[in-house]
Amino acid sequence: MLIGLLNIDWGVITIMLPLAGGIACVLWPAMSKPAGLISVTGVVLAIAGLGWRIMENGTYRHAVGGWGAPLGIDLFADGLSLVMLIMTALVGLGISFYAKRFFSPCDAVRFWPIWLLLLAALNALFLSADIFNLYVALEMTGLAAVALTALTGRIDALGGAMRYLLATLLGSLAYLLGVVLLYHDAGSVDIATLAQRIEPNAAVWTALGLMSAGLALKTALFPLSFWLPPAHASAPAPVSALLSALVIKASFYILLRLWLELFGAFAEGVSMLLGLLGAAAILWGSLQALRQTRIKLLVAYSTVAQIGYLFLIYPLALVSNGMAASMAAYLAFSHALAKSAMFLAAGNLMQFGGHDRIADLDRAVQRLPLTVAAFALAGVSIMGLPPSSGFVGKWLLLDAAMSQGRWDLAVVMIIGGLLAAGYIFKVLGYAFTQAEVPHDARAVPAEMEWAALLLAIGAILLGFMAPQIFALIHPDLAVNASEAGTVWTA
Amino acid sequence: MTNAFLYAFAGIGLFVLGLHALVVHAHVLRKILAVNVMGSGVFLVLVALARRSGEATSDPVPHAMVITGIVVAVSATALALALMLKLAGKSGEAVLPGKHND
Amino acid sequence: MDGMSGNAWLPLMVVASALLPGLIIFGLPEEKVRLRTVLNLTGAFAKIIFTGWMLWGVYHGYQYEIRVAFLPGLDLALRADSLSLLFIALSSVLWLLTTVYAIGYLEGSPHRSRFFGFFSLCVTSTSGVAMSGNLITFLVFYELLTLVTYPLVVHRGTEAARRAGQIYLTYTISGGALLLFGVIWLYSITGTLEFSPQGILYDLDTAYYPALIAIFALLIAGLGVKAALVPLHGWLPEAMVAPAPVSALLHAVAVVKAGAFGIARVVYDIYGIDFAAELGVTGPLAALAAITILYGSLRALAQDNLKRRLAFSTVSQVSYITLGVAIVGPLATIGGVVHLVHQGLMKITLFFCAGNLAETLGIHKVREMNGVGRRMPWTMAAFTLGAFGMIGVPPVAGFISKWYLGLGALESGENWVIPVLIGSSLLNAAYFLPVLHRAWFRDPPDSWPVTRDTVRDLGDKETAWALLLPPVITALLALFAGLLASAWFSPLEWVQLIAQRAFHHP
Repeated sequence: MLIGLLNIDWGVITIMLPLAGGIACVLWPAMSKPAGLISVTGVVLAIAGLGWRIMENGTYRHAVGGWGAPLGIDLFADGLSLVMLIMTALVGLGISFYAKRFFSPCDAVRFWPIWLLLLAALNALFLSADIFNLYVALEMTGLAAVALTALTGRIDALGGAMRYLLATLLGSLAYLLGVVLLYHDAGSVDIATLAQRIEPNAAVWTALGLMSAGLALKTALFPLSFWLPPAHASAPAPVSALLSALVIKASFYILLRLWLELFGAFAEGVSMLLGLLGAAAILWGSLQALRQTRIKLLVAYSTVAQIGYLFLIYPLALVSNGMAASMAAYLAFSHALAKSAMFLAAGNLMQFGGHDRIADLDRAVQRLPLTVAAFALAGVSIMGLPPSSGFVGKWLLLDAAMSQGRWDLAVVMIIGGLLAAGYIFKVLGYAFTQAEVPHDARAVPAEMEWAALLLAIGAILLGFMAPQIFALIHPDLAVNASEAGTVWTA
Repeated sequence: MTNAFLYAFAGIGLFVLGLHALVVHAHVLRKILAVNVMGSGVFLVLVALARRSGEATSDPVPHAMVITGIVVAVSATALALALMLKLAGKSGEAVLPGKHND
Repeated sequence: MDGMSGNAWLPLMVVASALLPGLIIFGLPEEKVRLRTVLNLTGAFAKIIFTGWMLWGVYHGYQYEIRVAFLPGLDLALRADSLSLLFIALSSVLWLLTTVYAIGYLEGSPHRSRFFGFFSLCVTSTSGVAMSGNLITFLVFYELLTLVTYPLVVHRGTEAARRAGQIYLTYTISGGALLLFGVIWLYSITGTLEFSPQGILYDLDTAYYPALIAIFALLIAGLGVKAALVPLHGWLPEAMVAPAPVSALLHAVAVVKAGAFGIARVVYDIYGIDFAAELGVTGPLAALAAITILYGSLRALAQDNLKRRLAFSTVSQVSYITLGVAIVGPLATIGGVVHLVHQGLMKITLFFCAGNLAETLGIHKVREMNGVGRRMPWTMAAFTLGAFGMIGVPPVAGFISKWYLGLGALESGENWVIPVLIGSSLLNAAYFLPVLHRAWFRDPPDSWPVTRDTVRDLGDKETAWALLLPPVITALLALFAGLLASAWFSPLEWVQLIAQRAFHHP
């Protein structure tokens, strides 16, 4: 029976289940909340099954409908995809339980189907084996994300969503043009086949430029990050969390895949450029975050800065130390947990005080302790202070930078950490302090506080699981503690 | 072969024109149209490059891709238009709100 | 060997004895006073028992170690050796006493669950700092200490507290960043961060020496923030807005000691004392410590606020430890390291007493202390012992530290240290003796600066017993640490064991 479970095509289920759930939500709006929660929980279980299968049998490949490449659609998952899927499922689950209490019935009817569509798109994206299929999944992700941004229908949200939509369409068209050129050059869209055939020539270089620029725009790499703060700050809190934690990781993942499998070997100059932009993003995003007077914009600019760290992987780890996939997956996971917790906590503070002005937090630490704890723990990870996954991620990057003599990047990372401490503790300092004018406050449901806190605790605990995460991605590079125990010294 | 490249370059020309329009125009409808022009450009390149040198029949895979792409483009345009209408309904004009916070 | 394997958990138990009660206390409602007290005291006693067990083991040659994989090539390692146990023993005894004191001090005040929760986390991180088996573990707990002390600094929730908290963080987080940079640079050269009795650098090529000097500067700058080395000491007087038990345990003992202890670890177990001397970094460190000793004392002279005067005194006194570490020689090492304990006992006494004065009579300033010895004789007796210890009057513990520092300086030919020690002792006397004179020999004022709503009504009692007992005990401990310095159980004896192991290792 267990063997039977092992052979189930869990990958297909992770896509079909939320899709079916989303359709059910549209057909029976009254059922959308239970349908949504069941689908998300089901996805978590299916990904557990998929993970088990990958650990037993190695990488997963499934030809949908039995067609197979080049005509059919192949699903593919290795350790990197698996970690991204786990990230999506766990963070998605946390946000779902938060959303359960957050939305009014009227908003909930719109939220659940779009969120389930987004989940299906994200899963499809992380399971895609070919670059055209990635385009379709990427576009689905983008459209669902835009629709979620506009959910409340407030004017700032509509403006943010519109800007976001245009940016995301532009990005995916550039990507698609790159796909076309690669297909023309190598006659395939399957990543594995492309990897064997690709050689640097004019068409490939143009494709590289178009795809990198398009995906960098969708990932909001500075200076292409102009659309992110208005969109992420104006969306409802659970949507901001989804956007910052998961959606930008989708385009980042595609870019990473392309560089790991296709471009990394010959485009060292461009990876330097991506790294420099990442460094600029860290400084610019952090400084902007420090200037903000509202929590949600602060957190949104913090995302701009944190994206910068992800792009430091290109110059530091892609060619030289073979850890790029592990580091990228780990950093993305870490940021997803911390940033979702932070946005959810910001949502609680907003609901609680009716505003998100930092200077008027007015002893939130006593009145909303779990939420402030969530913000603080997530903040520790964002700052890169131990013990947290943010620290481990920063350590790995710093280690790579120092061993390659990249002092400039190391210094930028250290400064970025200091600036992050500045903007996180700005919020916490006011959360401990009594405001001059007392404010009215509304209650926040316990589930919403706990959802934020559990995600933040996840960001801390992930800091102790780096060896396990790396073992998923590089089974051959497993790290173990050296000999332990009581030592008798003569 | 020459024909194919002519079409392909025309497609790239459309893409660049669309990009230009997307950047310079303020009205959202123009921006949406610009994105559509860019999309058409990409599809044109795709179809043009389907005829590979020395082959009598053209490759069917790009055609399938174009059809998929068109479906995606239609849904994206629908969403964009709906958003634009809502935005115009709320703010009275279909332009993007002023630069946020810089 | 197998029979002893369960003991590998002992370091973990020491950490858990503070961590678990702390986590439970966070969840307790405010009014569960008794349960919270029981949890606090259980944790504190458990820690003393585990520490005693390990003291016995280490004395008999055992090492306790537990490690878990953390990063590629790096483990989190907790290890109890003789140096870490010295710090652990100090912190566990003082934790118990401070817990009693804090329960008395905060009676009836709001947010005690939060306070005691973070208080326990501070003790957890201090234990971790003490038992770190390598620099990465040290870094983790050192930074954790920064994070968990912040809520205690801003505990009162006033605008002044928020500002002080910001200053505190600006210093400590920047220091942490320098430390991180130094550690990662070191790691890129050595590929290991394990503490080892002779250091890990002695067989490196001389081409690395300039880098190693720069790394030393970074590490000392990072650690020097918490150890309050001039000019990185600015946070310490500001952090005095915190409640008295916080000033007492954390700022007089845990935080500054974590910095000083880290300096000792870097000099002895990363660089190795001989290698550090060869590199020429110990001389500048000793000079910096000497400057800090004199500067702190000079600034203390000018403070009218009692807690600020004590804070500057801490700046000065903690640098005796650094000075002892930086003078190459076993006797100076003994003087410096034993001061880790002695200064802790004496300074916590002084802060407890200052807290009692503020809490009982509303006295915050030196000039309000006229005749207070008659009103609170036990408190002031303890204060007097602590002050004499700081000045270095025999037989109180501070004398032992200064004696060994002086001998060590002469032994290694660093004669310039002697005038520094004498000058510092004169300054100590100059800022403590007037306080004692006021307290014992001037007439009390007609009324004390009591403000009704801040101070409880005690009738004729000197003060609450929970506030009186801890300073009296720590004062006696400081006295006996000096009086019985040659007894087998004294801190001095233990430190001689440490020095023996550091200097006569095969």
